Amino acid sequence: MATTTSAAPAAFAAAGRSHAYARRGRYLLFSLPALLAIFAVIVFPWAFTVYMSTQEWGIVGDTAFVGAANYLHLLSDARFLESIWHTFYFTFLAVVLPLILGIAAALVFHREFPARGLLRAVFIMPMMATPVAIALVWTMMFHPQLGVLNYLLSLVGIPPQLWVFSAHTVIPSLVLVEVWHWTPLVMLIVLGGLASLPTEPYESAVIDGASQWQMFRHITLPLVLPFIMVALVIRTIDALKTFDTIFVITQGGPGTASETINIYLYLQAFSFYNMGHASAVVVVFFAIIVALSLLLLWVRQRTLWTLKT
Amino acid sequence: MNDHRREPRPGLDRRELLKSSAGAAALTAATLPWLGRRAFAQADFDWRQFEGEHIEVLHTKNPRADLLQQHEPEFMELTGIDVGSEQVPEQQQRQKQVIEFTSGATSFDVTDVSWHVQKRLFGKGKWLEDLRPYLDDPKLTPADYDFDDFSQAGITYATQADGRIDTLPAFIDYWIVYWNKELFDAKNLPYPSNYDELIEAARTLHDPANGVYGWVSRGLKNANTPVWTSLLLGWDMDSVNEQGELQTTTEEAIRAAEIYTELNAKYAPPGVAGFNWYECQSNFMQGNVAMWFDGIGFAPPLEDPTKSRVVGKVGYGVMPPGPRAQHAGMFGTGLGVSAFSEKKGPAYFYALWATDKENQARLLANGAGSPARESAYQNEEVLANLTVPRDWVDALIASGKIGRPGLPVIIPVTEFRDIFGVALTNMIGGADPKTELEKATEQFRPILEKSERA
Repeated sequence: MATTTSAAPAAFAAAGRSHAYARRGRYLLFSLPALLAIFAVIVFPWAFTVYMSTQEWGIVGDTAFVGAANYLHLLSDARFLESIWHTFYFTFLAVVLPLILGIAAALVFHREFPARGLLRAVFIMPMMATPVAIALVWTMMFHPQLGVLNYLLSLVGIPPQLWVFSAHTVIPSLVLVEVWHWTPLVMLIVLGGLASLPTEPYESAVIDGASQWQMFRHITLPLVLPFIMVALVIRTIDALKTFDTIFVITQGGPGTASETINIYLYLQAFSFYNMGHASAVVVVFFAIIVALSLLLLWVRQRTLWTLKT
Repeated sequence: MNDHRREPRPGLDRRELLKSSAGAAALTAATLPWLGRRAFAQADFDWRQFEGEHIEVLHTKNPRADLLQQHEPEFMELTGIDVGSEQVPEQQQRQKQVIEFTSGATSFDVTDVSWHVQKRLFGKGKWLEDLRPYLDDPKLTPADYDFDDFSQAGITYATQADGRIDTLPAFIDYWIVYWNKELFDAKNLPYPSNYDELIEAARTLHDPANGVYGWVSRGLKNANTPVWTSLLLGWDMDSVNEQGELQTTTEEAIRAAEIYTELNAKYAPPGVAGFNWYECQSNFMQGNVAMWFDGIGFAPPLEDPTKSRVVGKVGYGVMPPGPRAQHAGMFGTGLGVSAFSEKKGPAYFYALWATDKENQARLLANGAGSPARESAYQNEEVLANLTVPRDWVDALIASGKIGRPGLPVIIPVTEFRDIFGVALTNMIGGADPKTELEKATEQFRPILEKSERA
């Protein structure tokens, strides 16, 4: 009897478990299309890229396994190492400047003033334009003899500049295009954050006699910081990946002065058809992007914890 | 059989053949049927043998492709072959071709081939159909297609090292010197007759205080390499010799690089290190540059009064002789049939039609480019109705006589242009030409060797 009574729950439990497994199996079946899609568009291309990076893979001729040779070659390739520096230099400026200007613009547009809606719409217009079209227009504006930028400088007595036509000024000039193009995005994200802030802390602060700066420093900035972090992550990834603007305006020149990892990668893969070498660059570049993204997400998490405590 | 395989005469090398090329016969007077009366649409040739077939054509985006596409209904009417054709910008078109050829299946049946970049690569991969059997077959090629009418330069360019003819010549671009007659006249200077005079003219006319510059040519890496290699031809020397050896650190190559550097660093507008043809053209069109060295296809914009301030003032100068020879850097395009096409016959018909006398004459008549056929330059009706100055045609014909490939016929042409292009840009920035050329040669040599081993 005792055996019967103790066996029944065990049997029920076993039956329940098998039912749960069967149910889980059915769920797995439902997720199969998604898994297949992920495998086809993410896992397989990635695995294949890693495989290609271990091959000498040209367009004409056979492929050959070369192990880590493509990676080792990158370590001694001055042009690749230089492109990493260009990428970070460009990214730093193309993230920091739009962040500062975007936050400032968001604070301005958060206030009530006449024609605010219209001006806000005008402000975000650059963001809507196609990067290649923008790049072509800026190329003409940068022309050292005929460009409108030097004409504008001449009106205020500043001598003409070489902009993207000089190795010394090419990256800051390209950053100028990025700032013009993407500051509105930062503004929109931060403006969204500002609109969601509660009014009570400000009311208390006013009663306590806080100044405008104190309210910004101790209330607005901490509360809007998570939104700024989102903008920072998006801008960083975007700036790291920038290709179209640089390629259209300078093709990485003059010389290799604005050759970022992306441009270098494009040349290796689609101009020189060194697919193995280019695949190694992709893997390294991916590692850099993942590392930076993780760092930024960690900083963002830290910011949230600081706010909670 | 068409005698399309012109064998070099004993004792005559390739260079001499090129010298006697293109325009040699162009000056002989002959009148061809004017456009609209297709010469080879004779009754005994069956143009409709592939009626009902459909082919795809991949063009490089340019005015020449516009012209062909505009007249494709004529081809469809003549042959009954349906044509789907698209134009893709040069860089993307080249990538698309290579990717599809290596995949072993092409979405196009006929395509443009830039000889100066793709000839060796396509030849080595055997990606294009050998057209010799087609040209030899009277059922596939009408007698009055007249292959011999193509300039020798075009035939040489269209022929692979192993003798295969895998493209039909379509267009040849020579590099010339555009010069501002007004600026030259103001200083009573004649058009230079050698390299020294060229440099002297640039020096004399250079007056940056008044916004006048003596010279402009491409400084942007990759785009700038043909400037240097074209200058090098003046020493009767190519950047890679017929044995496949680099000649880029020779005295001649260094001297050509020094001239390139002097002209661009001293007498060109500021920022030239980043100039491609567009920036050169826009400066020259403003009338503030005395000389511009580039491809021959820029006459239409220079003579367009809505865009240019130098209309009627432009001299079209043949490249002056160098210390040892006079050559115009030559670049060109042919039309080839994909070896992977399942419609090779209809595709070949399209290539025939696109390179026939009538379409070649149209190129010239519209100023869309320089035809590879000699008859185009003999067509008085075309010459009388040109939309560009006659001087331009004269420069074209004269350049045809001295045309010589401006870039080496090797697989890694793009890397060659890139690596030496960076060196040339560095020279404009003050680097030593000899050191830069040595560095670039050291970097490029293993790439060249590897490409031939593959």
